[in-house]
Amino acid sequence: MRNPLSARSSGTPQPLGRTPHKAPQAPLRCSGGEDTPPEASEAPAREAMEPGHYRFRHVARMEWIKLRSLRSTWWTLGITVCGAATMAIVIGINTRNGGGDLTNNALAGVVPGLLLTGVLGVLTMTSEYTSGMIRATLAAVPGRGVVLAAKAAVFGVVALGAGEAGAFISFAAGGAALRHGIAAPALTRPEVFRAVVLAGASFSLIGLFGLGLGAILRHTAAAIAVLVGGVYLAAQFIGVVAQGAAGYLPVLIIGNSLTTTKPETCPPHAALCPHFLSAWAGLGVLCLYAAAVLGIGAWLLARRDA
Amino acid sequence: MIEARGLTKRFGSRLAVDALSFDVRPGIVTGFLGPNGSGKSTTMRLILGLDHPDAGHARIGGRRYRDLGWPLREVGALLEARAWHPGRTARSHLAALAASNGIGRRRVDEVLGLVGLGEVAGQRAGKFSLGMAQRLGIAAALLGDPSALLLDEPVNGLDPAGIYWIRDLLRSLAGQGRAVFVSSHLISEMALIAEHAVVIGQGRLLADAPVADLAARAPSLEDAFLRLTGASTEYQGRGAGA
Repeated sequence: MRNPLSARSSGTPQPLGRTPHKAPQAPLRCSGGEDTPPEASEAPAREAMEPGHYRFRHVARMEWIKLRSLRSTWWTLGITVCGAATMAIVIGINTRNGGGDLTNNALAGVVPGLLLTGVLGVLTMTSEYTSGMIRATLAAVPGRGVVLAAKAAVFGVVALGAGEAGAFISFAAGGAALRHGIAAPALTRPEVFRAVVLAGASFSLIGLFGLGLGAILRHTAAAIAVLVGGVYLAAQFIGVVAQGAAGYLPVLIIGNSLTTTKPETCPPHAALCPHFLSAWAGLGVLCLYAAAVLGIGAWLLARRDA
Repeated sequence: MIEARGLTKRFGSRLAVDALSFDVRPGIVTGFLGPNGSGKSTTMRLILGLDHPDAGHARIGGRRYRDLGWPLREVGALLEARAWHPGRTARSHLAALAASNGIGRRRVDEVLGLVGLGEVAGQRAGKFSLGMAQRLGIAAALLGDPSALLLDEPVNGLDPAGIYWIRDLLRSLAGQGRAVFVSSHLISEMALIAEHAVVIGQGRLLADAPVADLAARAPSLEDAFLRLTGASTEYQGRGAGA
């Protein structure tokens, strides 16, 4: 039988100055290392410290490879974008009154689409626990805060990219689908541009909210239940029971503050009408929600056994 | 060199690991033996910083695991089969781990070849047989060319050729000066692979001695093991303590 380790000493190119590992006490170096100077292999003791330390960028690169190497990532994001654009087209075709907030109409697919990004955020974290990968991850990077920060950063950027693509495509498709001589809103108007950009950002923020829930709960089903219950269903109840709080619910912030050209206001004699936040205040509240669950998730991740 | 000093871990009221102290020295294979549920896997997780000990500590080359600069380049671990996302390819799984410790892509293909998975590197790892899964786990452990290896039941699921292969692999890894720590409940297998043995039962240290010395006290290592663990085996068949 071939010596299974022969590749170490003969089969692969060795950096200059390296000696094959033959002597039992020969110092062992990582042959894949990028920054080990050849003379370091002359170090007398195994305990001699390898220079350097993993950094955020190394961990972020790991998380990027993990995220991009799953087909489900791209399927989910693709369906989210297509779904939002389809909804914008259907609404655009059926719009007969040009007096409403046409930008908000074109972005109507954002709220249902958020569910997919939120679930993707949950899975990004819980699939590590389901598969046992979390132990490989934390053995590679014992700094647990860095792991969660890198995961959130990578997922947040990918979800932001997909969200902005979805928002701009929806806006363009919804405008192009308008009939009956109704003119599409112009992206050059600041409030229209703001609504489209913030619609895209809301994908990322709900995704991060899901990721934080995943870190807290560790079980896919439980985290998705809390996500759907907290983000969608609670809005139905609280919206009726506590009018004052309704404006702070994620779905209502996104639907009525972020994706509108001006915050929704009440008709003169409405009996039930919550107060809605301005777009920027709404964005701030959403960021706080995401930061809070991620913070709790990071704290628990560091404290608990993996 | 791995040192455990007074390692203690409690799960609820049960003491899983009880003031465990031992060394894993470089250059030899150290077998980690104990009946099922005796705390072997927990001990390994404590060494890797995955579980937090209630008392005591483990050090690798004098440092706590969480203080290692490039953990995968110093310690390679195989804890459980299939510790990866089933939808990812073997190569992507290893590439992700490699990236976290600044290990080049060339090394990924190198270890895939080393464990005999070069042909299936692009396949989704969820479809792997148990034997292939163990090989991928071993590839991950070898990724950083580490000076210490921790392998929990690496023989599980391997066919006779695979068992022969891993025996050979572990001996050559130790021969290169690495500290190799291998747990198993297959005593006869350990008798062939390990030079030194750490035996535990119900989380407590029962023996820490050269395999030759242990085997000399009884007709075989298996007999010696059964005598040592007889009192601490939780699930005992009739005659097991004889």
